[in-house]
Amino acid sequence: MSLMGLNNLYREVILDHSEHPHHKRRLANATQTITLKNPTCGDVINLEIELDNNRIKDIGFTGEGCTISQSSSSMMTDAVLGKSVVESLEMAQIFSDMVMGQKHPQADLDKLGDAAILSSVMKFPARIKCATLCWWALRKSLGDEER
Amino acid sequence: MDSKFQKIRNDFPILNQKVNDESLVYLDNAATSQKPQQVIDALINYYQNDNANTRRSVHTLGERATEEFEAAREKVQKFINAEQSREIVFTKGTTDSLNLIASTYGEVNIQAGDEIVISIMEHHSNLIPWQQLALRKKATLKYIDITSDGQLDMQDARKKITDKTKVVSIAHVSNVLGVTNDLKEIAKLAHTHNAIMVADGAQAVPHMSVDVQDLDVDFYAFSSHKMIGPMGVGVLYGKANLLKQMPPYQFGGEMIDFVNQYDSTWTEIPWKFEAGTQNVAGAIGLGKAVDYLNKIGMQNIANYEHNLVSYVLPKLLEIEGITVYGPHDSNYHNGVISFNLRGLHPHDLATALDMDGVAVRAGHHCAQPLMKKLGVVATARASFYFYNDKKDAYMLVKAIYDAKEFFKI
Repeated sequence: MSLMGLNNLYREVILDHSEHPHHKRRLANATQTITLKNPTCGDVINLEIELDNNRIKDIGFTGEGCTISQSSSSMMTDAVLGKSVVESLEMAQIFSDMVMGQKHPQADLDKLGDAAILSSVMKFPARIKCATLCWWALRKSLGDEER
Repeated sequence: MDSKFQKIRNDFPILNQKVNDESLVYLDNAATSQKPQQVIDALINYYQNDNANTRRSVHTLGERATEEFEAAREKVQKFINAEQSREIVFTKGTTDSLNLIASTYGEVNIQAGDEIVISIMEHHSNLIPWQQLALRKKATLKYIDITSDGQLDMQDARKKITDKTKVVSIAHVSNVLGVTNDLKEIAKLAHTHNAIMVADGAQAVPHMSVDVQDLDVDFYAFSSHKMIGPMGVGVLYGKANLLKQMPPYQFGGEMIDFVNQYDSTWTEIPWKFEAGTQNVAGAIGLGKAVDYLNKIGMQNIANYEHNLVSYVLPKLLEIEGITVYGPHDSNYHNGVISFNLRGLHPHDLATALDMDGVAVRAGHHCAQPLMKKLGVVATARASFYFYNDKKDAYMLVKAIYDAKEFFKI
């Protein structure tokens, strides 16, 4: 039973991203940088973005965290690279809704790429924050102050 | 002895459930303990039959509630061998108790240039109140270090505690490293330098016999909920002569002697520190928890838990890639065991264990300076109590092997 349960969360693609995270590096020309912490576990993410004409020209992250937070960061950077600020914030909203169990049309979820697979995290409420930390960092660094 | 402890398990209805289709193995007792039916019944009984506000109602229920509340105080007094029941102040918990001392005794007695000495293994609740007091007063906060095997460095304690030291405040048992600190020796040191000795007993009182007079501590703080009592109530023990000199913590109902328009005087200890309606049901529940623990005997509990640790600690240490923090000799390790697996974040480990029904904590355990000292962001932590058994310990080890297999580490 236990391994089956774990398989729902730790899918192959999630483990892959965690073991070989994409864009885990510092940027030379970052226009926005932010550090966010998950106070309950001490995990840290440093997110750097190079904006060019309101578009994410480059993005990178560093920091420490669990499998879920590392793979989520990796998948997020894949998803938003090259996207406009407006598109990226829309994706952040879709992701946030998705892990909270709110329904979105499949077309919306497709925009997230690999990151859509993290919808499985909603069955593990204690781990939702691990998946959303990087998206909060994205929102904040793109000036979504409401969050 | 073991069969007696088997029966005890039946008193804790919450333990008899499935989690993720597996039998629950509750090993997060350092965070909070479960409650026996006897304590739950005491709460129900109080609200069904005796509920009234204490020390202000002339009617029969008021009298009954007051009597039970004060009886709980006496039970606690005897449990930790305080000299007088008025040395027992009911609070919201350990955090509240420690804040009380820092913001009353500390506020009056700490001046610029004074030293406050704590240790690097303190829980945030025995750290931040002193840190903030030191900042307010321009006093110096000093940390006693730990040895390489995670015990309090007594040589360093001798160096750090000086004639400038006004307060020494140390955990009796660490909530991360599982070590018991030699409070008696540290209290002696503190007193030699005319400092007062404060102890955070949150992880000690539930698991061992504590005698505040023998330890000769000036203050001792602990929580009900970690010792099978209800949440939301705790205790501050303080020597009567110190409590008497201290200003009140909060102002309001039932802590006064006389109130005039422009000044007031305060009632006697301990009530001077118990402003407003108290958690009466909580205190009565704590009294019932004390009865329950006394019936088993604190020495029996300590021995039983020690046996469990001697069983599980070597098994954990055998696991390839594991790091156990604190002493590896089970003679020096209580039932709080923090560890990490190489190549797996403790959060992922805790989720994996939860799938096997095993509840452990993962995180910084409200001890971030200690985490930094240990060079980690977080750890997993399994913590045992007297209703856990060898099967629970075995399940923990098995679940760790399952996790290793799943994550291929």
